[in-house]
Amino acid sequence: MKKLLMGLLLLFLFIAVAGTAFAAEPPKNDTGDTAWLLISTALVMLMTPGLAFFYGGMVGRKNVLGILMQCFIILCVVSVQWILFGYSLSFAPGKGFWGSLEWAGLRGVGFAPYADYAATIPHQLFMVFQMMFAIITPALIIGAFAERMKFSAFLVFMVLWSTFVYDPVCHWVWGVGGWLKDLGALDFAGGTVVHINAGIAALMTAVFIGKRRGSTQKAILPHNLPFTILGTALLWFGWFGFNAGSSLGANEIAVNAFVVTNTAAAAAGLSWALLDWAFHEKPTVLGTATGAVAGLVAITPAAGFVSALSAIIIGIFVSIFCYMAVTIIKPRFGYDDALDVFGVHCIGGIWGALATGLFASKAVNPAGANGLFFGNPKQFVVQLIAVAVTLAYSFVVSLIIYKLIDVVMKVRVKEKDEVMGLDLTQHHENAYTILE
Amino acid sequence: MKLIIAIIKPDRLEAVKQELYKADVNLITVNEVLGHGRQMGVAEVYRGVREMGNLLRKIRLEIAVNEGFVEPTINAIIKGAQTGNIGDGKIFVLDLVECIRIRTEERGGEAIG
Repeated sequence: MKKLLMGLLLLFLFIAVAGTAFAAEPPKNDTGDTAWLLISTALVMLMTPGLAFFYGGMVGRKNVLGILMQCFIILCVVSVQWILFGYSLSFAPGKGFWGSLEWAGLRGVGFAPYADYAATIPHQLFMVFQMMFAIITPALIIGAFAERMKFSAFLVFMVLWSTFVYDPVCHWVWGVGGWLKDLGALDFAGGTVVHINAGIAALMTAVFIGKRRGSTQKAILPHNLPFTILGTALLWFGWFGFNAGSSLGANEIAVNAFVVTNTAAAAAGLSWALLDWAFHEKPTVLGTATGAVAGLVAITPAAGFVSALSAIIIGIFVSIFCYMAVTIIKPRFGYDDALDVFGVHCIGGIWGALATGLFASKAVNPAGANGLFFGNPKQFVVQLIAVAVTLAYSFVVSLIIYKLIDVVMKVRVKEKDEVMGLDLTQHHENAYTILE
Repeated sequence: MKLIIAIIKPDRLEAVKQELYKADVNLITVNEVLGHGRQMGVAEVYRGVREMGNLLRKIRLEIAVNEGFVEPTINAIIKGAQTGNIGDGKIFVLDLVECIRIRTEERGGEAIG
């Protein structure tokens, strides 16, 4: 009996050993890739407070806390939403409108890599990296309706927008089974998912919430431009995580993304400064900062696919397009996109997505595709489709969400509260004291 | 000569300025001040500590004018600043003893305009 048991045990052992030897090598975490993605995730997290200062400096001083709070609360709200169901809706495999609820509450999202997204880092790390993108995207919209949205309505809008606009679009472009991904659309770090998506929703809110009180008689001046420059610097810094982190590894593509990100931001900042100089007599600090952000936006979808020289061209042109949107198109149509979210993020994002279809090169990234200028006009058409779909979907669904909330709880603050400022009326605080 | 001092709501400043320009009154001095009249200010809360009756931001205008401009100036301020709500502010009119333009040392009515 004892011998029989021994024999059986040996047999099981043999089968077990042979089984592991013959099964496909399971993907393993790479320490270098994991380290870089941990840092990248923290860098992208910093972009949302950076954005808060970028925007906060541009509003009146009675509304600065309102802006900082809106950015900060999104960091809190979407972080929780993403864990509970946001990540699952966006990234769980599925061919439908959303992924699925299979990964809700991070069920099955562990430390082993999920090879379809990132084969060398823990699945949870990919999840939290993507979380930071899901946070900054709705935060971008804040600039359009700045200084006049009720905080309670804002919270409801952001939860619904994240769930019904960001999560589906994210799934279509990046998720396994997403139809735009299957179509072959290139979006390295979020030109369509992040910037066009948020930019067009911003235009919608600016149009439907109406102009800021008094903005037609007199321009509402930025109350603290040094804050705006500080915010720009934090955004630029964080964007290295955003773009170079999107290679999902510490590799050559990450280095390329790092180089072109810096290059495009620099070219665009310079280009905007020169445009200011040529058309408004002096190069302005706000203009240069705006240009740099526009350059970062434009290079986002292209960062993993284009060379540094292409990045300079992308950067120079994005400032020209955004400059026209902000100084010509906005006054012509008269919408009050308070901090130019549409003019910078949507226009810059569209240019970036299309420029990816022009300048993408397999010499830079063999896993990517060639663009129009490298003999593949089809890529440009695919990019065009992805842009058009995102614009149409985000505009329509954002509008439905906005109108629903407006019926239930009124989106805009009362006139009396707008006059007194959001800091005091929405949060019972003052950013600055006149007397101690 | 009179010195007209007006306390108005900050967001009415632009409208008051426009009305003053229409009345040909172009020389004003503007201060940001704090205050409250009969209505109390708003509550502020810092980590649970509640501050009641805080002072509200107001704008204080000072305009020195010759006699003929007193009524037009008062009317312009009212037109620009009146909303009919509590907190619209006040206008004070004071006799002005002397006025000297530093650059030329002109005095009196000459110096004001």
